[in-house]
Amino acid sequence: MISIIIFAVLLLLGFGFFAMNVNKIRTNILMGRDVDRSDNKGERLKVMSLIALGQKKMFKKPIPAILHLCLYVAFVVTQIELLEIIADGLTGEHRVFREALGGFYTFIISFIEVLSVLAFVATFIFLARRNLLKIPRFNMKEMKGWPKIDGNMILVMELILVTFIFMMNGADEVLYSQGLSHAENLGDQSFGFAISQFVGPALFGGMSESSLIIVERIGWWGHILMVFTFLNYLPFSKHFHIILAFPNTYFSNLKPQGQFNNMEAVMKEVKLMMDPDADPYAVPEEGDEDAVVQRFGAKDVEDLTWKNLLDSYTCTECGRCTSSCPANQTGKLLSPRKIMMDTRDRLEEKGEGLRKNGKDYDDGKSLLNDYITEEELWACTSCNACVESCPVNIDPLSIIMDMRRYLVMEESKVPNELAGMISNIENNGAPWQFSPEDRLNWREEK
Amino acid sequence: MSDLMKVPTMAEMTANGEVPEILFWVGCSGSFDDRAKKITKAIVKILNKCEVKFAVLGAEESCTGDPAKRAGNEFVFQMQAMQNIEVLNGYEIKKIVTGCPHCFNTMKNEYPELGGNYDVVHHTQLIQSLIEEGRLQVAGGDTFKGKKITFHDPCYLGRGNNVYEAPREMLSKLDAELVEMRNCKAKGLCCGAGGAQMFKEAEKGDKEVNVKRTEEAMEVKPNIIATGCPFCNTMMTDGVKNKDQENNIQVIDVAELIATAADL
Repeated sequence: MISIIIFAVLLLLGFGFFAMNVNKIRTNILMGRDVDRSDNKGERLKVMSLIALGQKKMFKKPIPAILHLCLYVAFVVTQIELLEIIADGLTGEHRVFREALGGFYTFIISFIEVLSVLAFVATFIFLARRNLLKIPRFNMKEMKGWPKIDGNMILVMELILVTFIFMMNGADEVLYSQGLSHAENLGDQSFGFAISQFVGPALFGGMSESSLIIVERIGWWGHILMVFTFLNYLPFSKHFHIILAFPNTYFSNLKPQGQFNNMEAVMKEVKLMMDPDADPYAVPEEGDEDAVVQRFGAKDVEDLTWKNLLDSYTCTECGRCTSSCPANQTGKLLSPRKIMMDTRDRLEEKGEGLRKNGKDYDDGKSLLNDYITEEELWACTSCNACVESCPVNIDPLSIIMDMRRYLVMEESKVPNELAGMISNIENNGAPWQFSPEDRLNWREEK
Repeated sequence: MSDLMKVPTMAEMTANGEVPEILFWVGCSGSFDDRAKKITKAIVKILNKCEVKFAVLGAEESCTGDPAKRAGNEFVFQMQAMQNIEVLNGYEIKKIVTGCPHCFNTMKNEYPELGGNYDVVHHTQLIQSLIEEGRLQVAGGDTFKGKKITFHDPCYLGRGNNVYEAPREMLSKLDAELVEMRNCKAKGLCCGAGGAQMFKEAEKGDKEVNVKRTEEAMEVKPNIIATGCPFCNTMMTDGVKNKDQENNIQVIDVAELIATAADL
């Protein structure tokens, strides 16, 4: 009875704390400007199924894709066993699904065990890749410190999770074969699970009943405690992508990547300028929502859209964007991954400040300058390689562009040569100093 | 002026009471840059050879605004766009072919929200469809026999708008060997000119992007780097010079290759 109460309290705390932190993230994301992604629901579901569920873009790099797939499928399928653990924990029963599901139960748990072994191997390879092989994208500047620890912590937690599963199933298998397991005896000598029916006797075969029970309980409690720990670690970690990958791909940009968004605020002003009948001194009508003056472009996180902010929390820092970036490949400061990490870190900082000090709080900092420098922004060629390479459809380019817009339109901070190019367009209708009258000269030239 | 170099303007056509099948949007580079003008002329010759009834805007054409938008100046972009749209709508233009992927992307994707709705194609798409319809015969000839050609994908044609096959199908008509770079199609590396970089010095780094891309091209030992964008053409030409390869590698637009193969 006491264990049921402890379990129930842990369960409540585990999910409650998680929900609280998820809600903080949700509030942070909703700080962003609105963008309409409510259209084309069918198409969006398709994109989500292919990219998040189906991992389509991961397969551009087949080896990491297969390793990642092992972890991913193991994680998803293990949730079934987790349901049973929760049911057992709350009822005081043991393996409550077994009798009802019969042979299917054996199949499911066997499937989980096989996947867990694959996941265990994949995790080891991932740890080795991260720490022993010098893969450039895992060893860049922005990966020093916490991001590196974070990456390793997740992998170690996964190893522990799998270890506990086999302690639990292995010791239980030995107990069951001796008729000592708490699970209902169905008249057989073994659970018949694919891995633990061999691993259990091999590892724990000679142990006494009390030792076996202790090992089994450490496995069971250890596993569920790790699950709660892991769950509550997610909102503080890049690993949150396992959840956000789904909404993030659902809300993908469905337009051609080459198309940059239209700035409606600018459109109104330009139309006014070009309309000979417009009254430039007209007072905006009362109740006109657009009368609220918005910044052109983005200086800080609240100037970005909620999708940009969702992108930043979805990023798992894999670095495919940065390793495909032409600016980064040629030694420039720009790293699209850093743009995403900076956006998230600034959003966390800003959100925390607002929660503590009220909604008018200003810490005097901003994403631009305090996190992202002008030099990074001007190094971008807008080639979309980062967007194309992201396995979960994150768009660093639109953040870069919005920050350029702020620099140019609000602060007139533009590289000299570009200022010249823009005034050429205004004066000559071409980015170079040629007379518009000469535009057709090529027709007569030999 | 030979028949193949007939270039009527919209104003001239309208004065004669004629309506073109398609408007050829030449673009700033194609109008003013000496190298790009040759690409423009190749496109003109192909259009005339296929008896496509086309016109250009001439002095009425103006920058689409692409570099201003990519440089962050939405005001200048929209002013350019709206002026162009006024001209295009004034002539009741329905279909446009551009000689530049940046003009193509901007007019196809970014003009509709500002009131400009046209069927916009890139010159590689148009030429490919002319070949497919049998309006253009590409004999192949001996010009490209034994030559290795690699195609450099322009970002705003490829990743930007998912046009990967049209230029490749055109090149497959030549009697040449088409070789792909390690990074091609969706993985293609930028030439370094996009996002208004064409008009400024690069930020501090350890290499120029165009040199890096040229090195990638050199890995497959091509005789010709084929391009579909006047800016890529400039960047790759400079890259080839930087690597002292001018005598071994030519940088040529797909339209020029087709015009040569069709004896134009």
